[in-house]
Amino acid sequence: MTTSAKTVRGLGAAGAGTQHHIRQRVTALALVFLVPWFLYSIIHACKAGYEGALIWVAQPVNAILLILTLSAALYHMRLGMQVVIEDYIGKSGTRQALLILNTFAVIALAAATILSVLKIWFTAGA
Amino acid sequence: MAGPGQADPRPLSPHLQIWKWHWTMAGSIFHRVSGVGLYGGSFLIGAWLIALATGPEAYKFVEMIAFSLPGQLLLFLWSMAVLYHFANGLRHLIWDGPMVGFKPGVASLWSMFNFAFAIIGAAVIWSLASFF
Repeated sequence: MTTSAKTVRGLGAAGAGTQHHIRQRVTALALVFLVPWFLYSIIHACKAGYEGALIWVAQPVNAILLILTLSAALYHMRLGMQVVIEDYIGKSGTRQALLILNTFAVIALAAATILSVLKIWFTAGA
Repeated sequence: MAGPGQADPRPLSPHLQIWKWHWTMAGSIFHRVSGVGLYGGSFLIGAWLIALATGPEAYKFVEMIAFSLPGQLLLFLWSMAVLYHFANGLRHLIWDGPMVGFKPGVASLWSMFNFAFAIIGAAVIWSLASFF
């Protein structure tokens, strides 16, 4: 999607263009397919107990879809929380701090959960 | 612009508390509320996955919390938030893509449908999950 350079150059009061909006939609589109799979799978995995859940995550298709779901969902929720912070937190310092905290928290969660999937996948194959 | 200590005589724009609640407004507010709820929920789902990778003791601990009464209640609310945010998010995509569903009557009905979808859907999922 392109906008003429003349109109976006200033970027307006928000300091950003349409990129945020488009990314929110693209991750949403991915989640339309991933979330139904995730709901169905997580219920089965939870009911299967520790061993059953391990076997479920260790399946390559499940591991891949799990990582895709995590990536899309975490990016989507980072964008969403960013807007909530920008809407409600007026004080510039607090707002900046919370925006950075939002990014840190989501990236930390992404790293920990994706590593968990990989660990289960690698140890099951060994 | 009003000077210091001098009240601005112009009327204020209506605030949330004097708005008459209607379906589309509730639909929009709950999209944000469910989104913030899911933000928190993803850290709990993450804890489940991290515990699974950590070992049987950690997993047992998370299972104990998840199967307790508050845990089950939280999971039920989580599933409702997922279904609501999913249905209403789909509607946002339809608004942005084919651009249909803006007529007041249709918009209100659609909001009602999304709430019903979340509540009935969560009930159906939980009863299916406990049977199979």
